[in-house]
Amino acid sequence: MKRTITLTVNNRPGVLNRITNLFSKRNYNIESITVGHSELEGVSRITCVVNVDNENIIEQITKQLNKQVDVLKVTDISDQAIVSRELALIKVLSTPNTRSEINALIEPFRATIVDIGKDSLVIQLTGESEKIEAFIELIKPYGIKELARTGTTAFLRGTQRTSNSTKNISIV
Amino acid sequence: MLQETAFTKMKADNKPISGSELLLQALEKEQVEVIFGYPGGAVLPLYDKIYDSKILHVLPRHEQGGIHAAEGYARITGKPGVVIVTSGPGATNIVTGLTDAMMDSLPLVVFTGQVATGVIGSDAFQEADILGITTPITKYNYQVRNIEDIPYIVKEAFYIASSGRPGPVLIDIPKDIATAISEPPEEKEINIPGYQPTLQPNYLQIRKLTEAVSSAKKPVILAGAGVLHAKAAAELKQYAEQQQIPVVHTLLGLGGFPAEHDLSLGMAGMHGCYTANMALYEADLLINIGARFDDRLTGNLESFAPNATVAHVDIDPAEIGKNVPTEIPIVADAKEALKQLVAQEGKLPEHKEWLTQLQNWKKEYPYFYDNTSSLKPQKVLEMLFEKTKGEAIVVTDVGQHQMWAAQYYKFSKANRWVTSGGLGTMGFGLPASIGASFADRDACVLAILGDGGFQMSTQELAVIKEFNLPIKIIILNNMALGMVRQWQELFYEGRFSHSKNPVQPSFVKLAEAYDIKGYEINSVEEAETILNEVFSNNEPALLDFRVDPNENVYPMVPAGKGSHEMVGVKP
Repeated sequence: MKRTITLTVNNRPGVLNRITNLFSKRNYNIESITVGHSELEGVSRITCVVNVDNENIIEQITKQLNKQVDVLKVTDISDQAIVSRELALIKVLSTPNTRSEINALIEPFRATIVDIGKDSLVIQLTGESEKIEAFIELIKPYGIKELARTGTTAFLRGTQRTSNSTKNISIV
Repeated sequence: MLQETAFTKMKADNKPISGSELLLQALEKEQVEVIFGYPGGAVLPLYDKIYDSKILHVLPRHEQGGIHAAEGYARITGKPGVVIVTSGPGATNIVTGLTDAMMDSLPLVVFTGQVATGVIGSDAFQEADILGITTPITKYNYQVRNIEDIPYIVKEAFYIASSGRPGPVLIDIPKDIATAISEPPEEKEINIPGYQPTLQPNYLQIRKLTEAVSSAKKPVILAGAGVLHAKAAAELKQYAEQQQIPVVHTLLGLGGFPAEHDLSLGMAGMHGCYTANMALYEADLLINIGARFDDRLTGNLESFAPNATVAHVDIDPAEIGKNVPTEIPIVADAKEALKQLVAQEGKLPEHKEWLTQLQNWKKEYPYFYDNTSSLKPQKVLEMLFEKTKGEAIVVTDVGQHQMWAAQYYKFSKANRWVTSGGLGTMGFGLPASIGASFADRDACVLAILGDGGFQMSTQELAVIKEFNLPIKIIILNNMALGMVRQWQELFYEGRFSHSKNPVQPSFVKLAEAYDIKGYEINSVEEAETILNEVFSNNEPALLDFRVDPNENVYPMVPAGKGSHEMVGVKP
């Protein structure tokens, strides 16, 4: 199962190396990792998406990350209401014939064309990973020349649903 | 206390000071007694200042020996062992020691030289990316980038190394930082937001454990090295006696509870005793205090303590539930947790039957060996225990002799046992005994080694001679890598692939070459006379015991089996 973990860490040289090192040392698998400055000076935020077999492993990952001196806070946010986004840049082959078709495709995804060349165009798309994957599937037949994805970055929504209410939905 | 030195004076005068001087000043402030160090190009500025320092400097004959010595020192004193080595090969030579200290939670503060800041990354002479190399094998590591940071980094490093779950910390110092000059920086208080070890236990969990104890029929305590790190041996004894709970040890936890106490069941694990392993198997309540459920202890996890409610006291939350599902997690310092447990009011325990059963097992299944012919290694250990009245510091290498030492030397006191547990580092024993001896200069130290491990560190004999340390080097010489040979005999159809040592130097002559007295011993009678002789003085000595080369360590939990599936439990 996929889990999303966010970390706040000291913005010091070598910190990202400590985190990725820990993942390989403990034999955990990172699906994606993003790093950038946070709202606090000297503090960076890291978002990791990991693929694990069971709850025990995710518990171990968070505990081991917490042990790192440079890690300030670790939260497994997978079970909460979160905003999670990824950005993708996709260079697609296009001829004058297909351009309008592609235009029609990107519209419902709220993607934008950020560069047009003689025989290709570059699409920028943001959203959750599933949305990006769905779009890539759609656009594939036109011929993807290059693809770059940033990996997921995420944090908690301002309002959390109360616990349990999300799962016990009944239609009766 | 250290007297005022040239450096502290200079600080008071507020005169500009070099990076090397700042560093030594910081070490004096931490009351470092001894440095195990090896000079080289990148640390020459530092060594120039060490020349004038009052701190004792010990020169091992190999950097690896230096760091193992620091580990021995740390294990006995509980204080960080200090190591200084040069850049490149000096730094890479301590990698094994760092890993060993990381696995066994030993506090070390290690300084490595580095090439000058301007040439880092250019593959300069004796450059190695020691931060990159040691990130997974240190608790924390630093590279000093500003001379003003030196005092604070050293202070923080000592704090991180020795607090919480102890471990090795490395500080990499580029040569230009060591020679740079600065005004003495302001002193800063330690403030590490991301590192706040939990020392006090959660009260509700303490209550939960107390209730579990009062209803348990077959409780058992598993005491690990955490008891020793927390200096909680007295509290453990008080708690075990109050609740009448028997105590089982891990290999590294030996000494945390008196071995000859009625409630002591001895060591559990792969070569532990029948009673200890069966107590874990049969228990309905297992109270782990400061052990990490290593695979050499648990055997097959499927059949480990199958009927037990598991309580686990550990200062490292990541150890709780890592290998064994735990119902009562207590994140705390062992001493604090035990103090609170002793103070709880609870129903007095009723498990007489359990204690009787354990006593019967103890009588029926003691460690045994066939003592009818030739010189047996177990006999040597028994004689050593007797001759030293159980009061020696015992340091071992890794292998069969290590297991026999753990089985036959009955520790009555804490912090008298030094061995490489988690990493199982051959070559550890001899240098570690040097560090242990510096930790307690009056103690008789036994360095119990195999002929294989001894030959990985023989060069350190020079240090023993130089300081005339009271170390008795006991070589249980079976002309083989005994534990490898044992496994090949039991699991590889006796195909002894490269485990027998066909050529060996004369260890007696080797000792004599270092001006240390050497003895070859072939029988119990010889052993009797020579042991009396060597223990009558405080000189170093090397004793080459020619023991039965076919002796195996029993009992044994074969790899992959459960702790109740021991073999060789009875003659």
